[in-house]
Amino acid sequence: MTAAVPTPALQEELATVEPATITGRARKRLTSRWASLAALVIAVLWTLPTFGLLLTSFRPENDIRTSGWWNWFSDPQLTLDNYDEVLYGGTSLSTYFINSIIITIPSVIIPVSIACLASYAFAWMRFPFRDTLFVAVFALQIVPLQVALIPLLRIYVDADLNGTFWPLWISHTIFALPLAIFLLHNFMREVPAELMEAARVDGAGHVTIFTRIMVPLVTPAIAAFAIFQFLWVWNDLLVAITMATGAQDIQPLTARLAELSGSRGSTWHLLSAGAFVSIVIPVIVFVFLQRYFVRGLLAGSVKG
Amino acid sequence: MAKSSARKSWAAVGLAASVSLVLAACGGDDGDDDSTAGGDGGGGDADCAFAEEYGDLSGTEVTAYSTIVAPEDEPLEASFDLFEECTGATVVYEGSDEFEAQLPIRIQGGSPPDIAIIPQPGLLASLVRDYDAVVPAPDEARANVEASFDPSWIEYGTVDGTYYGTPFGANVKSFVWYSPSAFEGAGYEIPETWDDLIALSDQIVADGGLPWCAGFGSGDATGWPGTDWVEEVMLRTAGADVYDQWYRHEIPFNDPQVVEAFDTVGEILKNDEYVNGGLGDVASIATTRFEDAGLPILDGTCWMHHQASFYQANWGEGVTVAEDGDVFAFYLPGIEEEHGNPVLGGGEFVAAFAERPEVQAFQTYLSSDHWHAERASHGNFVSANRTVPIDAYESPVNQLSAEIIQDEEAVFRFDASDLMPAEVGTVAFWTGMVDWVTGASTQEVVDSVEAAWP
Repeated sequence: MTAAVPTPALQEELATVEPATITGRARKRLTSRWASLAALVIAVLWTLPTFGLLLTSFRPENDIRTSGWWNWFSDPQLTLDNYDEVLYGGTSLSTYFINSIIITIPSVIIPVSIACLASYAFAWMRFPFRDTLFVAVFALQIVPLQVALIPLLRIYVDADLNGTFWPLWISHTIFALPLAIFLLHNFMREVPAELMEAARVDGAGHVTIFTRIMVPLVTPAIAAFAIFQFLWVWNDLLVAITMATGAQDIQPLTARLAELSGSRGSTWHLLSAGAFVSIVIPVIVFVFLQRYFVRGLLAGSVKG
Repeated sequence: MAKSSARKSWAAVGLAASVSLVLAACGGDDGDDDSTAGGDGGGGDADCAFAEEYGDLSGTEVTAYSTIVAPEDEPLEASFDLFEECTGATVVYEGSDEFEAQLPIRIQGGSPPDIAIIPQPGLLASLVRDYDAVVPAPDEARANVEASFDPSWIEYGTVDGTYYGTPFGANVKSFVWYSPSAFEGAGYEIPETWDDLIALSDQIVADGGLPWCAGFGSGDATGWPGTDWVEEVMLRTAGADVYDQWYRHEIPFNDPQVVEAFDTVGEILKNDEYVNGGLGDVASIATTRFEDAGLPILDGTCWMHHQASFYQANWGEGVTVAEDGDVFAFYLPGIEEEHGNPVLGGGEFVAAFAERPEVQAFQTYLSSDHWHAERASHGNFVSANRTVPIDAYESPVNQLSAEIIQDEEAVFRFDASDLMPAEVGTVAFWTGMVDWVTGASTQEVVDSVEAAWP
């Protein structure tokens, strides 16, 4: 803090409060008037396109086709027709909305459950080749999932699973596991060994330690990963159209959204309404679980 | 407190998950029940005489896959109803915008559809050559096509001497969209020859308007409307034979005849006085979405727009597409009389990936006069089948398209960019058109496309 000629105001501030910790100082520096203004400007800039999209989704077909959303202010006309058409018309996104939920929830729960168990084992159980195995699991993260698509599809076809939800659930689980195990393993490693020892002295086995100590302690991390996985699966198009081919009735929202504009783009005015239908759930999830999301991110970056 | 509520919420999530799993399982079962129940509906009230040759296919299922998605898929699926009703087979249809990318994946993954409706002969050829997955068309289907179609359709569906693809739909690209009411108000006549067309354009310029509007924008495929322009003029200045040599690369892409076609197009599209009505200057052609490029005709800032028959779906609600309505199309006139009335078009082909009797029967049915008439009656379709009566088509533009296709004088040619190798037809030619309209010279563009030829 030997800055050259600080202004009187700043000097005064520095004199009155000098936070002791690094985070405290960082927080202090970020809460200036200019930083707030910059944050506000960035927030507005980033929200503006979404706002435009929202406004567009309520405009009549001809207005969407012929003019930009900002023209709404000079000629305000709103309609729910686009939503009606998108949800209950030829594309009937409402059906695929349910499909998306059916696909997404198991695709989050299965990998998170397996990853919790696996990372506990990798972190706190002793068995031969543990570290080698762990590195091998994480190394799978390097493999791009695209190269696995066709071989996986072949396996599903041979196993006669094609046309059901299983290929989607299994594939999303496979693709999520390496990162999930790696992240949760790191969180579990950070739990002090003394806790574990104390529990063992009291007669707890692995199952009790896992359910009573480990899971409650790493809940924020689990929730953070679950949100990531949820958003990834919900927004996924590639895995969905590859694994759900030949069975339109099990495809998720994203797959139908991609078809919404018609064979030759004649109904592209529906896209903005379709986009909002598809982001409703992620937004709800994000708003309600935001707490965990931020905590999980910070825990990953600041600790240690 | 905090801990127990956290546990409760996890329990709730778990409950929700198991409920939805149960729901999912039920949903799946229902679907199966429906499809088997639909199978035993053989017979019925409809006139099933046409289906006798296909026999009883009760309980079988045929999957069909194509690029046609909602809202255009409804009349398509409706046209399968009679087949399903009369033979007892079930047709499971799926459309996807990702068709071209997904079909090879499905073939490699071992789960190809039974029937695919392929929009380019080039794609059909590469499926046959690369994956060896396509089953030759049944002899009955070939006989159907030979009886009712122009012989060139057999050629487009043939790869390396074997006949695979039977014709499905067709579209006519040689149209200029205009507003009949605006033409009448201004006292303009529909041009019968190319010279009339240019004279009309000059007349509009003299009256203070911008005659033409155009747009090449189409996402990954930006540029294709430009290739249509060049192909049209190529057919009109050089003729169909040279056109065939051109897409087969028997003459180079930078041949003087191609340059001439480009420059003839340039007299319209690169002419500041002619374009771009209601949209901007010449360069705005590159950035305007093709879906929107003709819309200035509706507000009178543009007079003519070259686009295929399918553009009728883009005018929006409340616009009457008819000879006496808000918008209609006229045939893009020929240039050199010796080359006749060239028609540029496109079309889809049906290819089969399985030899099961129901699949063969379905492919044969899709090539029959019965299906083409049936499909035409559901609307939003033009067939190249010459036995379909003109009044079977509901829309005036489709009637006009069918008249043009069925005309014995017409010289029908397939969209060349669909016939050229993918490196040219879907890459270099498209980007070349964008460069050309944003300032590159004709020679630069044709040289660069020629260099891209594999």
